[in-house]
Amino acid sequence: MAVARNLPREDGAFGFTSATAEDIDVFRSIVGEEGLVTDAEDLVPYNTDWMKKWSGSSRVVVLPKTTVQVSRVLAHCHARAIAVVPQGGNTGLVGGSIPTRDEVILSTSRLNEIVAFDAAGGVLTCGAGCVLEALDAYLTPRGHCVPLDLGAKGTCQIGGNVSTNAGGVRVMRYGALRASVLGLEVVLADGTVLDLLRTNRKDNTGYDLKQLFIGAEGTLGVVTKVAIATPPRPTAVSVAILKCPNFDVVLQLFALAKTALGEILSAVELMDSLAVETAMARCPGLKRPMELEDGAFAVLLETSGSCEEHDKAKMGALLDRAFAAEIVDDGVIAQDMSQAADLWAIREHVPVAAATGGYQYKYDVSVPIPRFYELVRAVRRRFQELSLAEDRAAAFGYGHLGDGNLHLNVVCARKDDEVLRALEPFVFDWVVAAGGSISAEHGVGQHKRAFLGLQKGPEALALMAAIKRAFDPRGILNPGKVLPDDPVSQ
Amino acid sequence: MRVLVAVKRVVDYAVKVRVRPDKTAVELQNVKMSMNPFCENAMEEAVRLKEAKLATEIVAVSVGPKQAQETLRTALAMGADRGVHIVTDMRADQELQPLAVAKLLRTVVDEVKPDLVLMGKQAIDGDNCQTGPMLAGLLGWPQATFAAKLEVADSKKEVTVERETDTGTQKLQMGLPAVVTADLRLNAPRYATLPNIMKAKKKPIATRDAAAAGVDLAPRNKVTNVTDPPPRAAGAVVESVDDLVAKLKADGLV
Repeated sequence: MAVARNLPREDGAFGFTSATAEDIDVFRSIVGEEGLVTDAEDLVPYNTDWMKKWSGSSRVVVLPKTTVQVSRVLAHCHARAIAVVPQGGNTGLVGGSIPTRDEVILSTSRLNEIVAFDAAGGVLTCGAGCVLEALDAYLTPRGHCVPLDLGAKGTCQIGGNVSTNAGGVRVMRYGALRASVLGLEVVLADGTVLDLLRTNRKDNTGYDLKQLFIGAEGTLGVVTKVAIATPPRPTAVSVAILKCPNFDVVLQLFALAKTALGEILSAVELMDSLAVETAMARCPGLKRPMELEDGAFAVLLETSGSCEEHDKAKMGALLDRAFAAEIVDDGVIAQDMSQAADLWAIREHVPVAAATGGYQYKYDVSVPIPRFYELVRAVRRRFQELSLAEDRAAAFGYGHLGDGNLHLNVVCARKDDEVLRALEPFVFDWVVAAGGSISAEHGVGQHKRAFLGLQKGPEALALMAAIKRAFDPRGILNPGKVLPDDPVSQ
Repeated sequence: MRVLVAVKRVVDYAVKVRVRPDKTAVELQNVKMSMNPFCENAMEEAVRLKEAKLATEIVAVSVGPKQAQETLRTALAMGADRGVHIVTDMRADQELQPLAVAKLLRTVVDEVKPDLVLMGKQAIDGDNCQTGPMLAGLLGWPQATFAAKLEVADSKKEVTVERETDTGTQKLQMGLPAVVTADLRLNAPRYATLPNIMKAKKKPIATRDAAAAGVDLAPRNKVTNVTDPPPRAAGAVVESVDDLVAKLKADGLV
């Protein structure tokens, strides 16, 4: 059974129609001049991903303001076999949100209205283009918060978060988005509006179609509205960055934290010494929490609860035990909210620091927690074996220890194919052999398409192809993303 | 040189305060409380004096409810040697007013006999900016407020303070003992580190009752009403300078 193929066209290579001036006129008649970007310079940020690794050559961005407009734009593209890339905040890290060629970019940015908030149930209904941080600001005076938090929150949009099943730093506490999304409104490839927008916590009525769109990275439909369950905003938040002299005690600290902090634990983030140093060196304005020698680890612990006195007592008890057992030998505990934000800033700036200056190779993998740091060591050993010196390629690790989600970054002075060859498929093979996942939260996009077969067997890939064909028989939604190109033999 | 640092427990600086529905006060239930930011600057300065071997002992004092002990523990974790907690349930942003606090602090000064009293220039709940100057007045001591820089003379009998004012920086020299209130630019307060937090647990805090201090705590002012500031009116976009001038004139602003 072949994977969904592009329609055969005379031009061959890509298989889709390029949008013409007439098509752009049609778009203009649907969304108005204010809903179009066609100027070459203005198109650049839409055509390039955040890490500046991939770029497309789209000649038009369409920004519909309503679901009806989305439907009409897609219906037209479907009839004309014009490929479309749905795009939210364009903060994705696997090249999934930008065109590979001249696909039309369909931006959700103007679908940014908050439709309703049910205070009793905590259910927020809003447009896909709402920026995550703006939603959180909306919820703050209402005593609730969004169930996810990630570095891109100032730019990423909820539709994109849903389409990528975004993770972030609070998965430990609030679970993956899949559990929090109660309903979706989606427009399919041919313009059909699929109304799955319900606000019920429980709704066992047939196949749960919305789950297919969550994490489909825009290849099955365009999410236009989201109904999401929001947790009560914790009133007592405590943040600490603790120093563990080696990785073995990191694991002991994690075990201790789970028992001592239990239900109030809301984040456990790890940074190795090079990750912290890179952030401190490249981001002026970050306050150094403590000295971190080579080989030591910084663990950020956060608790979120409803009673400060109780939570302080639990944290105090944990620190007493950890300090006495020499699991932790230094650290900093935030004494007020500003300090808590400063400590988080260090963690949030690690990926930002890695992206400044030079070039970086980024891997987001799931590994068994006891082996969380092994991959970093394996990559360093491999560089040594291949005589790739540290000033050519420096590997460091950080990430969501609580979820087993490691972020491996390799920073180089410039794009370096030899480094890339050393890393791929080595990293992916290592992760698969360890029983992990080659993409924990960032998704597949363009970056990991070729390796999806390492993770999912032919039967699974064949079923995915069948689902793609059922939802998007012409294959116009985000072609070249997620599913591998190679035909899957029976 | 012995330094007494007064620190206050207030609503955390980052919290968006809300007025109680009865409009008598700000809502404090379930709201995050922390050390007043300017008191952090005062505490940090005292610790730096000790690190420079200019101060031999730092005593932290706080007037407040039972939970003010946590604020004192933070002060101890930053480097104070011991704490004094004057316990009162009077609301620190309402009934408990600067004059009463200054009088209470005077009793502590009489007992601790510091050479220098440091505190924040104002607390972010009352914004009164009075406690430091009132204390200096009660003691008959010299004072320097809004300190952005503090230098202790080699003799340890004099200090030079640079003060921030609206028109520029003023330099004052005065003999010790003196009262100095801290401004934001005095220093960057340190984090409380884990080893210091552990040590702080063993440092002593002496508790006493504000009512038993033999001091008149009665408020001199009564808060009659607390309301939100009016919401900002939306601005207007004008197309040219002439339009701007016309609008300013029409609104009676010029």
